Amino acid sequence: MALIQRSPMPGLGLSMGITLTMLSIVVLAPIGALLVQGAGFGLAGLWDTINRPRVWAALSLSFRLSLLAAAFNLFFGILLAWVLVRYRFPGRRLIDAAVDLPFALPTAVAGIALTALYAPNGAFGSLAREIGWKIAYGQWGIFIALVFVGLPFVARTVQPVIEEIDREVEEASATLGASRAYTLRRVIWPMLMPAALTGFALSLARAVGEYGSVIFIAGNIPLKTEIAPLLIVIQLEEFNYNGATAIGLAMLTISFALLLAINLIQIWSRRRIGHV
Amino acid sequence: MTSHPRNEPLMLTTIRMSRHISAQGPKIHDHADGRVTIRDGARTLTGWPVARVIRSAIAILALSVAALGGAPQARAEALLNVSYDPTRELYRDVNAAFAKHWQDQGHPAPRIETSHGGSGSQARSVIEGLKAQVVTLALASDIDRIAQAGKLPADWQASRPHNSSPYTSTIVFLVRKGNPKAIKDWGDLVAEGVEVITPNPKTSGGARWNYLAAWAWAERNGKDPKAFVGDLFRHVPVLDSGARGATTTFAQRGIGDVLLAWENEAYLALKELGADQFDIVVPSVSILAEPPVALVEANIETPEQRALANAYLDFLYTPQGQALAFKHYYRAWDTSAAAPEDVARFPALDLVDIGHFGGWAKAQPEHFGDGGIFDQIYTGK
Repeated sequence: MALIQRSPMPGLGLSMGITLTMLSIVVLAPIGALLVQGAGFGLAGLWDTINRPRVWAALSLSFRLSLLAAAFNLFFGILLAWVLVRYRFPGRRLIDAAVDLPFALPTAVAGIALTALYAPNGAFGSLAREIGWKIAYGQWGIFIALVFVGLPFVARTVQPVIEEIDREVEEASATLGASRAYTLRRVIWPMLMPAALTGFALSLARAVGEYGSVIFIAGNIPLKTEIAPLLIVIQLEEFNYNGATAIGLAMLTISFALLLAINLIQIWSRRRIGHV
Repeated sequence: MTSHPRNEPLMLTTIRMSRHISAQGPKIHDHADGRVTIRDGARTLTGWPVARVIRSAIAILALSVAALGGAPQARAEALLNVSYDPTRELYRDVNAAFAKHWQDQGHPAPRIETSHGGSGSQARSVIEGLKAQVVTLALASDIDRIAQAGKLPADWQASRPHNSSPYTSTIVFLVRKGNPKAIKDWGDLVAEGVEVITPNPKTSGGARWNYLAAWAWAERNGKDPKAFVGDLFRHVPVLDSGARGATTTFAQRGIGDVLLAWENEAYLALKELGADQFDIVVPSVSILAEPPVALVEANIETPEQRALANAYLDFLYTPQGQALAFKHYYRAWDTSAAAPEDVARFPALDLVDIGHFGGWAKAQPEHFGDGGIFDQIYTGK
């Protein structure tokens, strides 16, 4: 009837109390405040604020480029993690450490550095300009900044999974007659997919909310290169808290829908594969 | 020591006996000090019920939150000046000069801090509770906002000379050395192939002055101001969020042919980035930008602090304070103590003031509000 347990962790009560309190203070309270502010504004007011060409343009730009950047990171992050785990080469540890740099660098610094590189008079920007390709102050610039801030997520979530995959699995697949592409598609990818999708979702979520680095490299021209977080800042500058809340809620709703969809895909893939 | 009747309904209670050991079982006894005893098979165990542990955990958290939130009380001789972006260099000198001036009058050394940022967001911080005793912002409309929040009287601008603006500035053009696009006046900005750099009027106080100066020129020259300003902003390839960002885009990134800038920013760019790279072009018409100062009544705690804050703002109007403003490329009022060369460098030009636009209370919503004329440039309504 009774149960005595020894645990290195503090008791259930203490850990639960701290967890819930911290979660409330740090996450739930700000989101709750956003919802309360939105409720005070009313649904009609929210919709009127959001349903304007400029807001739609900004939301579509933010989510489109974030999805593209996350997709790029999905591919490049897996590749990067694969190289770091499977191959031994000089400087591997350095590169491994460099993957985390986008986390450590203040985003404003990253934005200014990227702008300096990709501006028409910068090192890469001047090369691109010769072939008539404008990077900074356009959508390409935003894309590059979003790739930069989201890169570590996929690489870091996939890396431990790749470490767990035995080479023998691939060899077995090969001896049974599978081609390299078939092995990749039917053996490796199913094992990687849950972690890769988590990394994709994290990278996407990070990109959607990114302000600091993008603001320097985007041209911020309304309807063309104006991201949704900038519109929120503009509303705040006008002391229009309701307008800012409306756009914030729109972003929250779309992000939630996207993350939900990604989670559903993950659940579906787990059922299909049966493990991992 | 009394025991509960054995036929009481079975209730499991979780207790903690030491830091790492917890146990669960039916409660059989409550002790006077709050501990409980539970039955564990043949043994009985005594410890603190977990609910109580949660309560004490919450108490500890509440205490630590209170410790984080309860900032130390500002000392009377401390002063926080919340200012806008391009005044960093000016107030660094003013603070040092004022501290000396204050001590010379027999007071203890004051502790003066200055915070800089975009004018609008600085105003918002003060509204939301930043304990600034003094605000020195780019636009009267930003201080009006603080007044609307009840932190200072609505007629604050009448309380000091010159609309409470101890110094003024205007908007000039910064062009590349030799002026390759031959830009002389506002009309040249909309010529084919000219790229204009200005910050975003929605996020930058300075950019609102840029916009209004262009408007005033068009009016004076018999053009449709709305069409002219719209045309002007179609020549803008990058809208930075603040004045310093726009200066960087123009000067460091090499974007654009002309930068619309605060006069003091333009001179500073010449000084910092090299007079061999840029020229200043003064247009025929520009705007009289009046960055006002005010005392935030609601944040004054003691009479001593009020005296200090008032003396600080009054110091800006003294010949010494005015000389510092001239030195930092502001057009101040009193030239008596200023270096002659600091005064002589300002060319005379036709300056239109904000009263021409009906004051900020009218101009702000009409031009820069949500759906206002500036928004219509881009949404085409």
